[in-house]
Amino acid sequence: MPSRTVSHGSSGRLRGLFLVMVLVFLESSVFTLAFASSDQHSPTTAHSDGHKATDHGSHNNTGKAFPVLDLNYENVRVPFEISLWVLLASLMKLGFHLVPHLSNIVPESCLLIVVGLLVGGIIRGTGETVPPVLDSKLFFYILLPPIILDAGYFLPIRPFMENLGTILIFAVVGTLWNAFFVGGLLYGVCQIGTESSSILSRIGLLQCLLFGSIISAVDPVAVLAVFEEIHINELLHILVFGESLLNDAVTVVLYHLFEEFSGIGTVTLVKGFLGVISFFVVALGGVLVGVLYGILAAFTSRFTSHTRVIEPLFVFLYSYMAYLSAEIFHLSGIMALIACGAVMRPYVEANISHKSHTTIKYFLKMWSSVSETLIFIFLGVATVAGPHDWNWTFVTVTVILCLVARVIGVVGLTFIINKFRIVKLTTKDQFIIAYGGLRGAIAFSLGFLLEKDHFPEREIFLTAIITVIFFTVFVQGMTIKPLVELLAVKKKQEAKRSINEEIHTQFLDHLLTGIEDICGHYGHHHWKDKLNRFNKKYVKKCLIAGERSKEPQLIAFYHKMEMKQAIQLVESGGGIKLPSAMPSTVSMQNIQPRPPTKPAAERAIPQLSKTKEEEIRKILRTNLQRTRQRLRSYNRHTLVADPYEDGLSDLFLKKQKMFQIEKKMNTYLTVPAPPPDSPTMCRARLASDPQAYSIKPALNKVPMIQVDLASPQSPDSVNLLDEFGQANQQEEEEQGLMMKPPSRPREGKKPGEEDEAKDQQKLMRCLSDPGPSADEDEDGQKESS
Amino acid sequence: MGASQTRLEHNYDDLTEKSGFSHEQIKNLYQRFQQLSGNNEKISRDDLERIPALNNNPIRKQIITAFFDKRNQHQNDVGSLDEIGFEQFLMVMSHFRPVNSKATEEEKATVRKQKLRFLFNMHDTDNDGIITLDEYRTVVEELLSQSGAIETEVARAIADAAMLEVASTNVPHMAPDDFYEGITFEHFEQILKGIEMESRMHIRFLDKNAATMRCGKLSS
Repeated sequence: MPSRTVSHGSSGRLRGLFLVMVLVFLESSVFTLAFASSDQHSPTTAHSDGHKATDHGSHNNTGKAFPVLDLNYENVRVPFEISLWVLLASLMKLGFHLVPHLSNIVPESCLLIVVGLLVGGIIRGTGETVPPVLDSKLFFYILLPPIILDAGYFLPIRPFMENLGTILIFAVVGTLWNAFFVGGLLYGVCQIGTESSSILSRIGLLQCLLFGSIISAVDPVAVLAVFEEIHINELLHILVFGESLLNDAVTVVLYHLFEEFSGIGTVTLVKGFLGVISFFVVALGGVLVGVLYGILAAFTSRFTSHTRVIEPLFVFLYSYMAYLSAEIFHLSGIMALIACGAVMRPYVEANISHKSHTTIKYFLKMWSSVSETLIFIFLGVATVAGPHDWNWTFVTVTVILCLVARVIGVVGLTFIINKFRIVKLTTKDQFIIAYGGLRGAIAFSLGFLLEKDHFPEREIFLTAIITVIFFTVFVQGMTIKPLVELLAVKKKQEAKRSINEEIHTQFLDHLLTGIEDICGHYGHHHWKDKLNRFNKKYVKKCLIAGERSKEPQLIAFYHKMEMKQAIQLVESGGGIKLPSAMPSTVSMQNIQPRPPTKPAAERAIPQLSKTKEEEIRKILRTNLQRTRQRLRSYNRHTLVADPYEDGLSDLFLKKQKMFQIEKKMNTYLTVPAPPPDSPTMCRARLASDPQAYSIKPALNKVPMIQVDLASPQSPDSVNLLDEFGQANQQEEEEQGLMMKPPSRPREGKKPGEEDEAKDQQKLMRCLSDPGPSADEDEDGQKESS
Repeated sequence: MGASQTRLEHNYDDLTEKSGFSHEQIKNLYQRFQQLSGNNEKISRDDLERIPALNNNPIRKQIITAFFDKRNQHQNDVGSLDEIGFEQFLMVMSHFRPVNSKATEEEKATVRKQKLRFLFNMHDTDNDGIITLDEYRTVVEELLSQSGAIETEVARAIADAAMLEVASTNVPHMAPDDFYEGITFEHFEQILKGIEMESRMHIRFLDKNAATMRCGKLSS
């Protein structure tokens, strides 16, 4: 959560004002919606007839007054209502964070459901019928996909794959166990525990099993919403979350299976067998569809270098198409979406510009956030809407059975799983996994989809489902945070991935693969290595454009880190000193070994006292910090051709200048022969430069900008701007600051130049707008608004 | 081979105690050892270099050297051997045993230290107790060596940045004139704190019958 910088006194008043506004808005929106829903029944034809009549009339009777102000709500009703709901949801989200301490105690999902209840209550209180908002179509086709895509696109692949076996067992076997346990026992209770005349005893076994399968699936939306806030360690997070995603296949199959069986009324063994087969078809088919679309998206992104603006659109569209295509064949849409996002991500990210990357990230987070908020509010409204049929026995038995089934399932499965795992799951882990099995809106929507004719007890089911959802979200959701604290469960490590860790992770991978080869058995690492090599050799060449297809992972990581450092630099206000986690005066100088043997040139060292050096440095620094206005040339279609648009480039250049000066200065101090431009001249020229940058038309000359992590004092710091050695000094003076390719003969310590093509691409990616602090390490985590 | 087999069986308990493997695992590893050494008593570097699967590994040289490094034998010895026997083979392999989940915190810390020591020895080729910048540069270059034409400058930049990070983390305040000698073992431990070595650095050793092991035949 961003901290408020408003002063404390006025912030209180502002908050109060805002809350009042929200409440007023809430009331008015509710009344509008209520009014609108009653209007639903007025025949639109009559209205349009009337409209035509007045038009006609006004043509004939010029005496009639021309309507200056007219009210026509019907035309905009639907978009208006939708916008109103979304606005309500967003304002609610804002409002929660303004109320102090509330969001610490109660998870957002609970608050949102309460808001939904309120809204529903108000609508009902005014005597209108509550609109059936959690329509299954709306839910499954509009509200759910963004959340799943967000989860799939930012899925942390490494921990997911490492724990895939465990996740699959929990998802498949766990859900099956839950479904049959709950369904079976519920049937038993209904038959035995109640009188034969009561409504419960009329519920058949299949119906109970169907109910069991609906209620047993752990819901990804609820899990995300709650686990988001407790920052639990990666392993547990990925286990519960992965389970909630993958159990969709099981749920889909069971649902359709039992629904069909209930309709027909008889079960044969063949049908059962077909059910098992259909599970594999649904799951693997969904994944296949997803992978297909993912590859298509990656391939498309290869060619988008000239139309960067629509890059994010491809990602979204292909993913949505994957979801819908899977739904056509009754395959698991969720798995398709996850597979699509996970597959396309590494290739797409290598191809698209930085701006597009940020866009995709923020759009996904925005949509998924709004979706989630809406889902919870609608849950509240739908609860009020009913129709309900409260049956004490059924509901309480359901809740108890769900809990019991979950606990037994987790404990039993962990016992089996631990035999195969190296890093065993402790009791604490098991508790969290069991406790984190939240049910959510998917269960409700599935229940809503049931037809009344086949299922006369639909209302009982719905009531029970809602109760279970409320119980898990409220009770478990609210108490999981204190429990996590109490049990001292390991939290997520906040530390960012350092380059040392990256180097050693890769090193370890190769080492372990090598040891496995020496040992002679084809283990985990062997196959992973094989996959990586296949990926590098064939797939990357196909799907990634240009030079980046050959870039090894370590280098990619390094560049990413450099980018991040640069962005940090911009945001710290342009300070020259790189902000680092630990203030440290260590620089490259300290690391470089003492210059052993300098190449040919003898360096006579004229001694300049250290204080003088410092003074000179300070002067140069302060002068270079004067900012200048840039010419903004905004063109909607050519975002990329405008590298000077942001302060980032500004800072790069400043930094480069400074490094250049420093370097020159260092060499002045050690090399007797001064180059043509002295620092003072250079300074004069820079300081007096009021001119705008002009974009060099020949883009292939655009150089690469490399930001060195070293502090300014380093003699090794890197930059390319080598204005001094250029032949065409005159031209330069007129055009002011310009970026030119580095000149060839340079001192030994600089990094080598890379291809021009690579330069261009790098620049395209480096210099585009980084947006607000883009934390690429927090990919798996949604940003709290 | 019969004689050596019985001799080996006597030593099983001895070996189990030293290396921590179970009898089954030792048996399987012995079979692999025989395969690699061509039924000799000792393995030389060539034997290991002949393994075809290792060809794709960018750090194969380091791995093979590690087997012949005396420092990995838990005996406070330095230098390198030309050939190793089965016991030494086993000692090196024991570094990759997974840590027992029931172990206490101290035991886990010891195991972790042991594994980190192995890694450290792999980097510190001149055995002076610190990883200098050159050695680290070599490490990064080797890592990137299989990725096609990588400019040494980039590898160097990465190694330099990594070294800088180690120095900044461990010795935050250094005057401009101070020289950071290299990564000592303590610093090494510190920077790799984030990776849980005891749970990451292991492979699964087979307990079952060797017939189920699909060994890469040396001739394939």
